[in-house]
Amino acid sequence: MRIPAIEQTYEGFMSRAYAIEVEAVERYTQFADQLESHNNREVAAVFRRLAEIEGLHAKHILDEMGWPSLPVLPVPYTGAEGPETAPFDSLHYLMQPYHALEIGLRCEIAAVRYFEDIAAAATDERVRKAANAMAADEREHVTLMRDWMKRVPQPKAGWDEDLDPPRMGD
Amino acid sequence: MNAPLAVPLQAKDFKSDYKPVWCPGCGDYSVLAAITKALALLELRPENVAVVSGIGCSSRIPAYTNCYGFHGVHGRSLPAATGLKVARPELTVLVASGDGDGYSIGGNHFLHACRRNVDLTYIVMDNHVYGMTKGQPSPTTEPDWSSKLAPGGTGLREFHPLVIALASGANFVARAFSGDPNGCAGIIAEAVRHPGFSFVEILSPCVTFRPEQRAWKEAVHPAPVEPTDDPARAARRIMTDDGFNIGVLYKGTRPPYATDSRTGSGKTEDLECAFRL
Repeated sequence: MRIPAIEQTYEGFMSRAYAIEVEAVERYTQFADQLESHNNREVAAVFRRLAEIEGLHAKHILDEMGWPSLPVLPVPYTGAEGPETAPFDSLHYLMQPYHALEIGLRCEIAAVRYFEDIAAAATDERVRKAANAMAADEREHVTLMRDWMKRVPQPKAGWDEDLDPPRMGD
Repeated sequence: MNAPLAVPLQAKDFKSDYKPVWCPGCGDYSVLAAITKALALLELRPENVAVVSGIGCSSRIPAYTNCYGFHGVHGRSLPAATGLKVARPELTVLVASGDGDGYSIGGNHFLHACRRNVDLTYIVMDNHVYGMTKGQPSPTTEPDWSSKLAPGGTGLREFHPLVIALASGANFVARAFSGDPNGCAGIIAEAVRHPGFSFVEILSPCVTFRPEQRAWKEAVHPAPVEPTDDPARAARRIMTDDGFNIGVLYKGTRPPYATDSRTGSGKTEDLECAFRL
């Protein structure tokens, strides 16, 4: 893996990591808003909680760096979205908490891969160390997410069947 | 274009407090994100931007931004936006529409907005269906798309908006995909920067009435060639592509409609004179 220029320095890498967390917070918050609008409050609450968790991670980076204010985020709106940002089309209005956690799990796994790749390719020792630490954090999140998934019911077949569907049957 | 700010605003600074009510999973959420990201990339301020729309799911967008907004009459977003831009050329004017509002009810306005080449950015969220009114075929619906409302499909050839725009004189033509909000943002920003009438067609899946469109994310791919400034060449390319080429496809050099030489003194009494019998 070739590391983008921004992530080759410690400051750049940490600001990129911060941007990834902030983007994930924003997306989970958007998802929570969408599900609340459709009165699926149970799933909205899961997304709200996921946003809080990612927010804590972002705050941890801020505290560690001692930045006096939010850094100017590196190249925020170009290229692909961050590894922890779920795509907009992930949702269904009848989805259940398990589905939300599946989305969260996919994002955490993508984040592990991202930070492991950075750690493997980094030439700067501080970047390598920080990337390894973040990969470890994300691995812990994967474990927590899997544990959380065991505590919610798995959706039954036909979970997306709507007795009053918006779409008329063909 | 406005002067750059010392501290550029972020995408969230262009969003209003109103929560969108589109179906969860709808591509239009992503387009909203792309528009606000584009405005941030362009270092604009909300008070210097107007978002004008017609009717339909996509046309709800002005309410979800904190720019100036006008949620107008069905199919008539372009005349309203044209009037606004001619009267207030210093504003950045975005026009939001869908395939029904923009190509059917507003089809005639689309042709003439391209022809007039006023400096607008026209963003059409195309999902090949009337979503707000429960799934009727639209001008871009495939002829064989069968549904309860159109058993066996309409059998009608699809409208080809990008080629129509080229033939009518649009100065910038691009196709984007809502599943890539950052890519969309870049294209919208480039469209705003390009002078004249810029047309951005965004493939934006309707997950409720066209759930099969979720597969579009596997079908889209970057356009394999650089944009041309030759409308005939661009049209040939578009007519022969698979409909999923993403990117800027045409960048014309036609000067935009010159508002300065055609507007009056700006004084109300002069305007009244023009109407006096």
